[in-house]
Amino acid sequence: MTTRRDLLAGAGLTALAIQLPLSAFAQAKDSVTIGMTLEPPTLDPTSGAAQAIREVVLQNIFEGLVAMDRTGKLVPALAESWTLAADNLTYTFKLRPNARFHDGTPFSSRDVKFSFERAVGPDSTNAQRWIFTPIESIEAPDPVRLIIKLKQPTANFVYGLSWGDAIVVSSATAANNKTNPIGTGPFKFARWNRGDRLELARNDEYWGAKPALAKAVFRFISDPQAQVAALRAGDIDVFTNLSAPEAIPQLKADPKLKVTLGKTEGETILAINNAKAPFSDVRVRQAISHVLDRKTIALGIYGFDLDYIGSHFSPLHPAYVDLTGTYPVDLAKAKSLLAAAGFPKGFECTLRLPPPAYARRGGEIVAALLAQIGITAKIEPLEFPQWLERVFKARDFDLTIISHTEPLDIANYARDDYYFQYRNPEFKALIEKIDRTVDEAERNKLYGDAQRMLARDAVNGFLFILPKITVTKADLDGMWTDWPLPLTPLAEVRWR
Amino acid sequence: MTGYLLRRLLSFFATLLSAAIVIFLVLEVLPGDPAAVTLGLNAAPEALAALRAEMGLDQPALLRFFSWIGGLITGDLGLSYTYRVPVTQLIGERMVVTLPLASMAILLASAIGIPLGALAAANHNRAGDAAVMVFAQAGLAIPNFWFGLLLVLVFAVGAGWLPAGGFPGWHAGFWPALKSLLLPAVALALPQAAILARVTRSAMLETMQEDYVRTARAKGVSRRRTMLRHVLRNALIPVVTVLGLQFSVLLAGAIIIENVFALPGLGRLVFQSIAQHDLIVVKDLVMLFSGLVVFINFAIELLYGLIDPRLRQAS
Repeated sequence: MTTRRDLLAGAGLTALAIQLPLSAFAQAKDSVTIGMTLEPPTLDPTSGAAQAIREVVLQNIFEGLVAMDRTGKLVPALAESWTLAADNLTYTFKLRPNARFHDGTPFSSRDVKFSFERAVGPDSTNAQRWIFTPIESIEAPDPVRLIIKLKQPTANFVYGLSWGDAIVVSSATAANNKTNPIGTGPFKFARWNRGDRLELARNDEYWGAKPALAKAVFRFISDPQAQVAALRAGDIDVFTNLSAPEAIPQLKADPKLKVTLGKTEGETILAINNAKAPFSDVRVRQAISHVLDRKTIALGIYGFDLDYIGSHFSPLHPAYVDLTGTYPVDLAKAKSLLAAAGFPKGFECTLRLPPPAYARRGGEIVAALLAQIGITAKIEPLEFPQWLERVFKARDFDLTIISHTEPLDIANYARDDYYFQYRNPEFKALIEKIDRTVDEAERNKLYGDAQRMLARDAVNGFLFILPKITVTKADLDGMWTDWPLPLTPLAEVRWR
Repeated sequence: MTGYLLRRLLSFFATLLSAAIVIFLVLEVLPGDPAAVTLGLNAAPEALAALRAEMGLDQPALLRFFSWIGGLITGDLGLSYTYRVPVTQLIGERMVVTLPLASMAILLASAIGIPLGALAAANHNRAGDAAVMVFAQAGLAIPNFWFGLLLVLVFAVGAGWLPAGGFPGWHAGFWPALKSLLLPAVALALPQAAILARVTRSAMLETMQEDYVRTARAKGVSRRRTMLRHVLRNALIPVVTVLGLQFSVLLAGAIIIENVFALPGLGRLVFQSIAQHDLIVVKDLVMLFSGLVVFINFAIELLYGLIDPRLRQAS
């Protein structure tokens, strides 16, 4: 017999059961949990190079005068527009009149002047001084106008302003940005449980379009298995760059998830010590290039095809030239080049590897490929600080594998003392010319010449572009799937 | 008695000081510049110099050693190179995860391991004994990171009852925080429980051969009462010793388990600060752990006295 009380209880339970998923649904609508491999050490992108800092704060908490969009194009941010005078030296920026810092202070041209002068100050630990060193003077005649005069025409000046190192900070709060960042962006810093998660909240006073998300939680999960488990358990809504490529088939099979393989600016190379014999002989380097079977390497590391490169340039940039065919896999050719260089039987060398999986796994495969022509590469795994000290700083190495993740960093090849020590006056002159060439089409043509020069000299073994593996819930839209700059802007992210 | 305590105290501090010297020297010869790690591949030399000065790395080694020791004594552990916040704050934030986790694991392990061991001893050479031994063997053989992954697969990915990892923080409420510690605590506790079961069993079997046990039985004390009052109580000494020794194993296990479950505890902090070359945190943490292990050994000796009055009188 059913009593009245049972009926009531049943009705109550049903109501609860209906309400629960609904309220969970409504809550999920305007908040998102994002998984990342590494935690940012601090939240101030002007004081450290860690990519994780920019991934969290740039274009979310902090903004620059200009921003980069998901296709790699420069777009206005705190500057509405800008003009370059006929002298190719004087930039005039028109600034947003209604932008405010999160503490309520209005944003003005004086903040920009303060930020850029601070970046080159004597105590500054800004890693990318090159962005600001071309500046001759900065004037702030009124709150919405900023005039920057350069010492000489600098083609990539505005481009550099889209980087995290060129964000605009407030003089009142700049000193605390490492732990309590105050910017002008669409999101405000809310709280940070170090080692686990960081929370952002929507900035309702934002000058631009209001973001759909009210709250975003970044969670830091370094273990690849734990990343996959968190995705499959539904603990996180999106992982920006998964460290477990082997889990892709399994994740793709899950209808609740969406997997995207995107491009980055991470040129992954077999770096060669060009100043050390026998690698100082171009024929030896060319021989190495002829045995590097990129497809085998990619399949061995990731299990799927990647975007391959034939020079130090990412296909994300409009000036990219496909040079992957310069040295087709050809063992006979490689052997004859080695013989011509005086090593018919090959030689022994070392291959020092930093910790990332692409380097450790890739190193094994590269060593096996080199062995085919008699080059015996002894593998030495190093921790990253040791790699920085010995390989990068002391240049004490023969071969190494590393990904250069900074965008448009081909100019490093013009630095004589840079760790692979490519010393070519012709290339240096070309980079100088590029720096001064303000016309974009002309500049891109010169970038093409630079790429061809590096390929011809086989400076390094050019392998592939690091993939960005994005896994999102199927009904979440707006995440960046390519990384022209490694960022996770949330302004356009929304639930469908 | 005071002389004995004084000698113990002196050796306590001598141990700590020699640990400090070794830790400092080892980290000093380790290649790699923390400033370079922070600023990355394209860092300007001026920025590197400024950061080295900010971190105090431009000072001579001896000076840095004494300022570190001075800081340890006054409770100032310095500023983390990577996070740029006081190390004491970092350790504090992580303690509230690791301490409950380790306590839960020890409690769970004792609650499972000691009764199981006692049960096995009481049923020596019978089916119950064999079953416990199989459990103990499996518990020892299964690596706890693998067991952790298995728990995640079953209870988080499969059933969806518990989170797969992470820690919402105690501010998010007691139950959500506790929920995220449950699986890792079980994963940590399993091998400990296995060891405790084995130690309890063999200690009890040994005690059962003692004269006073036979005397008690001869006097007509029930078997159950003999087991609890005489055998188990006397067998607890080796069990407590093992519990203390397990503490350092637990810390090492926590490093792995905290990584598997993405828990922001001390173990993960050790792992992260080594990877990020945050040498000041590494130094402080290794020092802290050494201190803890030395202290625990001291505490175990005090516990002996509580359990066995004879030892109290002997010293």
